[in-house]
Amino acid sequence: MRDLFRKREFSLFIFILFIVFGVSLRTPSFLYINNFVDILNDTAILSMVAIGQLIIIVTGGIDLSVGSSLALSGMSVALLNQYHPGIPIFVIILISIAIGLLLGSINGLLVSRAKIPPIITTLGTMSIYRGLVFVLCKGSWVSAHEMTETFRGFPRSSFLGISSLIWISILIVILFLIFLNLSRTGREIYGVGGNKIASQYVGINLKKIQYIVFTLGGGITGLAGFLWVARYAAAQSETAIGFEFQTIAACVIGGVSIAGGTGTIIGVVLGSFFMGIVYNALTMINVSPFWQMAIQGFIILFAIIINTVMDKRNQQLMLRKRSFNE
Amino acid sequence: MNKENRKISLPNIIWQWEIILLFIFIMVVIINSNLSPYFLDYTNLMNTTFNFIEKAIIALPMMFVIICGDIDISVASIIALSSVFMGMASQAGVNTFGLVAIGLFAGSAAGFLNGFVITKFGIPAIAVTLGSMSLFRGIAYVILGDKAFTKYPIPFAYFGQGYIGNTMIPFELVLFLMLAIIFGIILHRTTIGRKVFAIGNNSTAARFSGIPVNRVRLIIFTVTGLCSGLASILLTSRIGSTRPNIASGWELEIITTVVLGGVAITGGKGNIFGVVISIFIIGFLKFGMGLINIPGKVMTIIIGLLLILAIMLPQLIERLKPKNSFGKVKK
Repeated sequence: MRDLFRKREFSLFIFILFIVFGVSLRTPSFLYINNFVDILNDTAILSMVAIGQLIIIVTGGIDLSVGSSLALSGMSVALLNQYHPGIPIFVIILISIAIGLLLGSINGLLVSRAKIPPIITTLGTMSIYRGLVFVLCKGSWVSAHEMTETFRGFPRSSFLGISSLIWISILIVILFLIFLNLSRTGREIYGVGGNKIASQYVGINLKKIQYIVFTLGGGITGLAGFLWVARYAAAQSETAIGFEFQTIAACVIGGVSIAGGTGTIIGVVLGSFFMGIVYNALTMINVSPFWQMAIQGFIILFAIIINTVMDKRNQQLMLRKRSFNE
Repeated sequence: MNKENRKISLPNIIWQWEIILLFIFIMVVIINSNLSPYFLDYTNLMNTTFNFIEKAIIALPMMFVIICGDIDISVASIIALSSVFMGMASQAGVNTFGLVAIGLFAGSAAGFLNGFVITKFGIPAIAVTLGSMSLFRGIAYVILGDKAFTKYPIPFAYFGQGYIGNTMIPFELVLFLMLAIIFGIILHRTTIGRKVFAIGNNSTAARFSGIPVNRVRLIIFTVTGLCSGLASILLTSRIGSTRPNIASGWELEIITTVVLGGVAITGGKGNIFGVVISIFIIGFLKFGMGLINIPGKVMTIIIGLLLILAIMLPQLIERLKPKNSFGKVKK
């Protein structure tokens, strides 16, 4: 039980409950099921892409290009849909994933083969991909009336009363839970992040792992690109600008160490959900949307300080325990 | 293996790096002047420096931050925050001198906050400045909303729009060159500079050899804030208005400049000449592309490619070199 309390995910969960309770005292309609479904719909894309960001950060990397990759894959499929409305939706989805995988693998190759630090690589590809979006659309929009009904309707189409957007994000959470915790490659990802040199001595192929995480992260981002333009029924050259920072924020709030090695899927999902709840709560209690950014920044700072302080205390406790046992 | 390679050729690389940059710079000038007859024009060249000198002024302390092994992605938000405070003061009738003081103070305070949280709690700089990036710009949004401050005293316009005497040399440019000399001397000719390199190479070893690592880092972050405040004064004065989205996206462009200048993102390596040349490469490249009507978004592709290629280039050279002599031994 005491171990449970010490877990970050648990304290974050308690914190979320606390906020929900506080807001619902002021605005009872916050507690309606419909509102929670709204929040889930709003955070589905964020939590998906944040999982992609998680596996990259765990290896000690970072991906600043997610906003641009998302926009590029989204814009590509939106244009495809506009000029070839006959292409079935599942082909569109596969194409969006393929574009994402391609963009991610370019990042992966640059990091693993050309040995450019991840932050530099993705800083560069962030500009390149964003510029390509502009080249593709020549600065114009693809708006709702230029998309087919099935394209626009896909994220909202519901199955068992839950939108396909939420289903897809649940699927990705489960897939990656299994991948990270039960597969050999998944454990190797944590190994690389914990200690790069030691992991190579035990025979982990660092290049392969780096390539895999960037490619997989890209794949998720590509899929998210389609979901994004379909959900908001618009693709433009400014789509998802600054989104990379939101995904990193979701990771940091969820207890992922930016230095690599630690972080869980559940933490990241809670982190994304937390951000969604805060935004939703702000509108519910009639706070001007101009406060959002400042509050987001404050929460990130608060969360990382708490995380670090708790980490240090845990380490001290462990040391004390060990010396007591000896 | 890696270390041995570095030992052999580190001075070589640094030497080559500036040569490469200088070569790129000359290429940029030659290509641009061939493409447009308006490029090699004294007035034009002087006036185009207005477009990048504010970023250049932040690139100088950013170089120190990155050599220390840290990073600061909140600098553009500090510009917005200082600008908003100056705007508020200006509405209240504060004079030019007061505005400058407020801008510099707000910037330093924001930078100090970053440095304090980073060193006090031992959190990676990227995580902290990610948070403060939202926080600072968020405060600007809270104060301004969708409005703008546009009332500034007339003498205030000199900082961002004025020239030195009757020449066509902008005040901003002279200020930048003076700062570049000061930062260069501090980095390469004083013990402070040696400490910065020591921290970047191995902060634990630096601490054990008696360097107050956290104090040095705190000072560097505060100075970065101060320079962001200064850049905010110049920018606000130049465009004569403040909106909360002022200077958005600058942080990444500034980091790109510094890295292109040969500063290792992992810390411990960097040279003032590289950064200064890199500032002018990017600035003139953008100016030239603007002259031949290349849209800004397409320019970002070229800058991004330049960044990646520039980092790959020395590695490619390095990879070609040992293959000739040690290729078989390595395998």
